[in-house]
Amino acid sequence: MQTSAPALFDSAIIRQASLDAVKKLNPARLIRNPVIFTTEIVSILVTLLAIRAAGAGEPYGFQLGVAAWLWMTVLFATFAEAVAEGRGKARAASLRASRGDTMARWVPNPDDLAIVAPRAAAELKRGDHVLVEAGEIIPSDGEVVQGIASVNESAVTGESAPVIREAGGDRSAVTGGTLVVSDRIVVRITAEAGGTFLDRMIAMVEGASRQKTPNEIALDILLAGMTIIFLIAVVTLVGFASYSGSAPSVVVLAALLVTLIPTTIGGLLSAIGIAGMDRLVRFNVLATSGRAVEAAGDVDVLLLDKTGTITFGNRQAAAFIAAPGVTEAEIAEAAVIASLADTTPEGRSILSFAKEKYGIDAPVMPAGARPVPFTAQTRISGMDMPDGAYRKGAVDSLAASLGQPVPTELAAGIDRIARTGATPLAVARDGRILGAIELKDIVKPGIRERFVELRRMGIRTVMVTGDNRLTAAAIAAEAGVDDFIAEAKPQDKLDYIRKQQNEGRLVAMAGDGTNDAPALAQADVGLAMQTGTQAAREAGNMVDLDSDPTKLIEVVAIGKQLLITRGALTTFSIANDVAKYFAILPAIFVTQYPGLAALNVMGLTSPQSAILSAVIFNALIIVALVPLALRGVGYASLGAAALLRRNLLIYGVGGLLAPFVGIKIIDIILTLIGVA
Amino acid sequence: MTIIGWVQIALVLGCALLLAVPVGQWLAALANGRLGALAGVDNAVLRAAGVDPARGQGWQAYLMAMLAFHAAGFVLLYAMLRLQGVLPLNPQGFDGIPPYLAFNTAVSFITNTNWQAYSGEAAMSHFSQMAGLAVQNFLSAASGIALAFAVIRAFAAGGVKQLGNFWADISRVTLWLLLPGAIIAGFLFIAMGVPQTLEASATATTLGGAEQVIPFGPVAFQLAIKHFGTNGGGFFGVNSLHPFEGPSALATSLQIILQVVIPFGLCLTFGRIVGDRRQGVALLAVMVGFVLVATLGIYAAEAGGNPLHIAAGVSPLQGNMEGKDLRFGQALAALFTATTTGASCGAVNAMIDSFTPLGGMVPLFLIQLGEVLPGGVGSGLYGILIFALLAVFVAGLMVGRTPEYLGKKVQAREVKLAMLAVLVLPAVILGLTATSLVLPVAIASLQDAGPHGLSEMLYAYTSAAGNNGSAFGGLTADTPWLNVTLAIAMVLGRFAFVIPVLAIAGSLAAKPRTPEGPGTLPTHGPLFIGLLAGVILILGGLQYLPSLALGPIAEHVSMIAGTTF
Repeated sequence: MQTSAPALFDSAIIRQASLDAVKKLNPARLIRNPVIFTTEIVSILVTLLAIRAAGAGEPYGFQLGVAAWLWMTVLFATFAEAVAEGRGKARAASLRASRGDTMARWVPNPDDLAIVAPRAAAELKRGDHVLVEAGEIIPSDGEVVQGIASVNESAVTGESAPVIREAGGDRSAVTGGTLVVSDRIVVRITAEAGGTFLDRMIAMVEGASRQKTPNEIALDILLAGMTIIFLIAVVTLVGFASYSGSAPSVVVLAALLVTLIPTTIGGLLSAIGIAGMDRLVRFNVLATSGRAVEAAGDVDVLLLDKTGTITFGNRQAAAFIAAPGVTEAEIAEAAVIASLADTTPEGRSILSFAKEKYGIDAPVMPAGARPVPFTAQTRISGMDMPDGAYRKGAVDSLAASLGQPVPTELAAGIDRIARTGATPLAVARDGRILGAIELKDIVKPGIRERFVELRRMGIRTVMVTGDNRLTAAAIAAEAGVDDFIAEAKPQDKLDYIRKQQNEGRLVAMAGDGTNDAPALAQADVGLAMQTGTQAAREAGNMVDLDSDPTKLIEVVAIGKQLLITRGALTTFSIANDVAKYFAILPAIFVTQYPGLAALNVMGLTSPQSAILSAVIFNALIIVALVPLALRGVGYASLGAAALLRRNLLIYGVGGLLAPFVGIKIIDIILTLIGVA
Repeated sequence: MTIIGWVQIALVLGCALLLAVPVGQWLAALANGRLGALAGVDNAVLRAAGVDPARGQGWQAYLMAMLAFHAAGFVLLYAMLRLQGVLPLNPQGFDGIPPYLAFNTAVSFITNTNWQAYSGEAAMSHFSQMAGLAVQNFLSAASGIALAFAVIRAFAAGGVKQLGNFWADISRVTLWLLLPGAIIAGFLFIAMGVPQTLEASATATTLGGAEQVIPFGPVAFQLAIKHFGTNGGGFFGVNSLHPFEGPSALATSLQIILQVVIPFGLCLTFGRIVGDRRQGVALLAVMVGFVLVATLGIYAAEAGGNPLHIAAGVSPLQGNMEGKDLRFGQALAALFTATTTGASCGAVNAMIDSFTPLGGMVPLFLIQLGEVLPGGVGSGLYGILIFALLAVFVAGLMVGRTPEYLGKKVQAREVKLAMLAVLVLPAVILGLTATSLVLPVAIASLQDAGPHGLSEMLYAYTSAAGNNGSAFGGLTADTPWLNVTLAIAMVLGRFAFVIPVLAIAGSLAAKPRTPEGPGTLPTHGPLFIGLLAGVILILGGLQYLPSLALGPIAEHVSMIAGTTF
């Protein structure tokens, strides 16, 4: 799906959006957006006045011009929303194609696979069992109850490498619309028709189930309030003007009203929200609601599993320490030979570390070499070579089996390894301990820097691990997390989240196992892995199709970017008003009080060109800001104070100044083409 | 403008700020019920009144108590004014106040507006002044401070329903702050030459040999609470321009200090109670900043004078001295006017009607900005907090979080209520002014034609809705239309604003306080101060620009062009 992300302005999307923009003019739909609805009502009014003037044989060019640009204001606003939706619709179409009309093989009795009956996917009910074999599409969401199979989930995740799905454990969930590539499985259906993951995904990217988020509602109220305030200001202006002996026309007042009410942010608000969801989808994360995306921006604490998120999750060789009188190269070589037959990831890591650090190539196993396999009893493994017996194993076990103590200097080194939470393995040749290997959980490169970034954003990171305190503390220090929960049980996670929430913090976590489900449901942002269990996927409010828990960090950034974009454009929109007053007020009253020309600081050509320029600027600024609304305001992980300073400067001060320049330029153009 | 003028301004303002520190501290103690040695007496008083200060009220209960209290105050004052003729302490033998004027005056004093459509020395008996008007001066001020307490508690607490006890708050503020403060200030004014007597007038023989009757009365103590409680209702019709109400520059300076000290101090109280003094200092900085800019605006406009006067031979060095006390000059008049209009006091020591157009626009605009700079006692603080919430909401999104103010999330409910509150002033001011400007019955009250007349009308409704009470002058206000509509403006300006404010307080009190972190929008420091000032100007002020353009600005540009009306 990453490949199917459309360009910012795909021509097909633009065409469709232009059509949709006109459809969206329907006032019954537009009333959800009070600012643009008001603009539309005013546009209708001005249009009627222009028609009346034309019918009465009066000059109507100016009225028509204002009316046209008022309509453009409304259209640009609906267009912005349509473009944002269009990008999602394109993706939904490709998803829908993969859903198709599957015929399933219904198994009335899962204990007797001999009896199967064909049944349409749409007729399957929750709790039904179906049999799916290689080459068939899984008809609906469900859980594997029998068998194991590899499944191609590219229809949902975009990742074409098949994944293993098997009964029991944390990899039992299958998604409707995905393809079984090998073997056969019995699936118990867990979703009603139309309520599958794919269905929800389609609804989500299409924006069909889109509801206003809490912040959007609050912002809408602010904008509606400002619209009322300016409505009062403009309507009462009739009384003020009448006393002053002037009677501004309805068209002029309409122009003043529309330029003063926050049409810019009003027109872009829903596009910003849709685009925010879209960014998340392009990141292969699906949120069940816009509310969850917003909550991501508010997160104070990130709960991250150690394994797989912070570390690679398997212990790897990180150092060799030599006993007195032994060189590091010697111990390295002995370790390599002792591990020749060790096929565990730990064993492999010893070979690759030796090659990387000391350039030692693993020798070909000579004839007559006899591997000594690891057993839980001895806790020792190794290799009997023609030139000697190589062993490696737990320090105390090896020392005991050799019947000799660990050399004092080495013991100190081994102690140090254990203290940092790593695992020491002793290495011996011919009954003599040569040194030790340090095996440790490797922290993913770059993760420390990410945590520093998060800290700057004001987000605390907490590592959750089943390790003991010592190991946990060492890794926590190395990765640079703010806190850790050691020896964590599922209940501990839940308790930790509740405690943080009671203190007023918002918590995000990622999880995949069934036992993560309660914590995922409790967290404000619960990112479930697509590879996880059905329970986890239903408990979380987001699903990561790539099953990469580190994405939680990006999710937070996307949430923040969404809020910042809204705030920035609101500030810009409100700050614009100052310049518009300077354009329109002198234009309205300069005939009554010629001295008011002093307020025409932009030196606009005529009252009519001034009013028209302000209206045109007001319309064009919406379409000019569409790319920014869709892409989102650039976000850097700075502290709140620095972010505010930067954004206030750009969007506050910028919003104050930009219209002065913009209106002046439009006025110059109008004058040049002789409209004014 | 002169250096000495600015030194005067700096000295007076500096004293006010110094005094605001202990006042703020004492207010915090009152709000927290930590009365020290006074606790015994306080408890006895409250117990006698049947008030249990520990029994908190939710926002509706607090609001209902406040409304009931003022409704009773209104009935009492209205009756007292109507029955003045038969009540005692009426040495001048004044008749009862006519119904419209009594209605207007009663509303005016319970709302802390003190708009006066009468001349005190020519209409009010000593009894009306002392037992009627002055009592409400205390109570309306105490009520504003009590409301501010309730709002402050909402910010400081987390997860509670109660905002405190209105009866305990209003009693403590009256007994332990306003009364002692007014008594001290009253004696200081007496020492400076302000009369305090139950006699009606003195009879003097002028140099020309004529006999002159000079009315006076119990002025000093009423003068004290008039400023300390940001009431502004003068004993005399011309308010602090009267030699008995403004006997010296020192008395004028004391009045300025008194009218800002509680509004300033309450910012610091706020900082103390929410546990972060920088928050209070930030609000105070915005207030002081606006006062300084406004003072500069008035001072510069008045010192610049009127080109038409200069053309007629007035020395340009003199500036515009019309309507000002020659002894105090423009600097003190500018600071007095900026603070009395900024602080919702409404006392005057210069005739704003006689200011230059721009000099007169400054106080007008200050009131329009919502009476939060620094605003009335209590009302200034809760008013500026509404703007702070909106500022945080608009700009707070720009740091990528749901906006928070002091750890309280600002969400749809708060925004809705804050917008309702912010809508009150423009709806009332612009609505009633525009209506009056097309009604012949209202226009008949105007003294001047042209844009100056528009300013007179606009100022009246602005002053009433902002609960300021100062008069631009030039308007014959004692007419049924103006008495009634101005009273409506005063009621809405006070109570229609307070209802959403208390509802916000109720909603905020219930929310938990999110701990502050590096990702939290900082609401102290220069950036936030600038942001808040900007939001006050744009959300609070922009809607008045058309009316100002047709009033003072049109008058100014016409004056430059030599046009008169």
